[in-house]
Amino acid sequence: MKLSTYNFLTSMAIKGVKVGYPLKLTITKQNVVESEFNPVFIEKLLPKLDWAALYGAAQVAECAEDIPPAQPDNIADNEALLQKLHHLLFEIDVLEGQLECPETGRVFPITDGIPNMLLNEDEV
Amino acid sequence: MARRPEHSAPPEIFYNDDEAKKYSTNTRIIEIQVEMAERALELLALPDDDESRLILDIGCGSGLSGSVLEDSDHMWIGIDIAKSMLDIAVEREVAGDVILGDMGEGMPFKPGTFDGAISISALQWLCNADKSYHNPHKRLLKFFSTLFSCLTRTARAVFQFYPENSDQIEMVTSQAMKAGFYGGLVVDYPNSAKAKKYYLVLMTGGAAELPQGLGSPEEERRINYIKKRDACRDARGKAPKKSRDWILAKKERRRRQGLETRPDTKYTARKRSGRF
Repeated sequence: MKLSTYNFLTSMAIKGVKVGYPLKLTITKQNVVESEFNPVFIEKLLPKLDWAALYGAAQVAECAEDIPPAQPDNIADNEALLQKLHHLLFEIDVLEGQLECPETGRVFPITDGIPNMLLNEDEV
Repeated sequence: MARRPEHSAPPEIFYNDDEAKKYSTNTRIIEIQVEMAERALELLALPDDDESRLILDIGCGSGLSGSVLEDSDHMWIGIDIAKSMLDIAVEREVAGDVILGDMGEGMPFKPGTFDGAISISALQWLCNADKSYHNPHKRLLKFFSTLFSCLTRTARAVFQFYPENSDQIEMVTSQAMKAGFYGGLVVDYPNSAKAKKYYLVLMTGGAAELPQGLGSPEEERRINYIKKRDACRDARGKAPKKSRDWILAKKERRRRQGLETRPDTKYTARKRSGRF
């Protein structure tokens, strides 16, 4: 699972959960994969990013020094920052770990890079 | 008629390692899946500006449809309930991320995430209750309403699916409308038994015209109006009932039978004026 996907995932599907965001990320195994840098796409993605959640994920993935804790204003002109964002969003692949619902504490395991968001009967 | 896979087992059991392997080795299956994904992408009607977009692939399986999205330079996130299929997707090193999840439990994404959604041969699985606590109507509504919220307000969602009968089409479309979508069914090649494909095209941003299905002729096939009744009547040589000729013939018959009959005048069989 890439961190870009993590940025979008919620646990809203659980019965009774209002926001379910951001999920608490824990990484036990991660990998770096190369992917093509597309600055236009990242610029378009910016309004959809939750900077606080992303910064939290960067800390867990141990590359928090790459991005500032608060969202700077003119990211579009900052090529170096876009590169770092690209690395953070699309090149860090979480292989093993877990996601935890902030409201219920329900744990969604990540195995082989696939987060398991399946719910049990009593949670739907 | 061939057995439908959704009658044999739930999707997470039906798509086991053997079945999943077919989707990476059988060229016939791959060809059909890719063809349908290309058509779904076309129906998605993304603005033609060569920009990458974020697309959700529901029931992504081994990522065949995702590869089609990659070819058009789009980013995608896939969700599927069958782990074996997702393992194949990871093995194939597809560019998109895949998530193990059940569409009937709702889409686990933030509001306004995706610029579009496609789904190839997955929706019909939702029409069955595979567990005792499953209610197809409720699961469809939950799916559509959460999908509606995680799409942007100009997005479309295109589902290729195999409805079993017209009741299923009705059930699926009514739940989609209830969730707030506009749109309807596009049928490709409606006159062919094999090439016939159903695409449910849903829109979030107000009603727009539905695209035309492929292979449907311009003019509808219809039976010509033949003047059958008129022809029959002419053949018998009888005048229409309540007409002047019919009344005159009737009076003539009564006279022949020796019954009391009023004489024929210019007033015979004339309609009364409205003043009466």
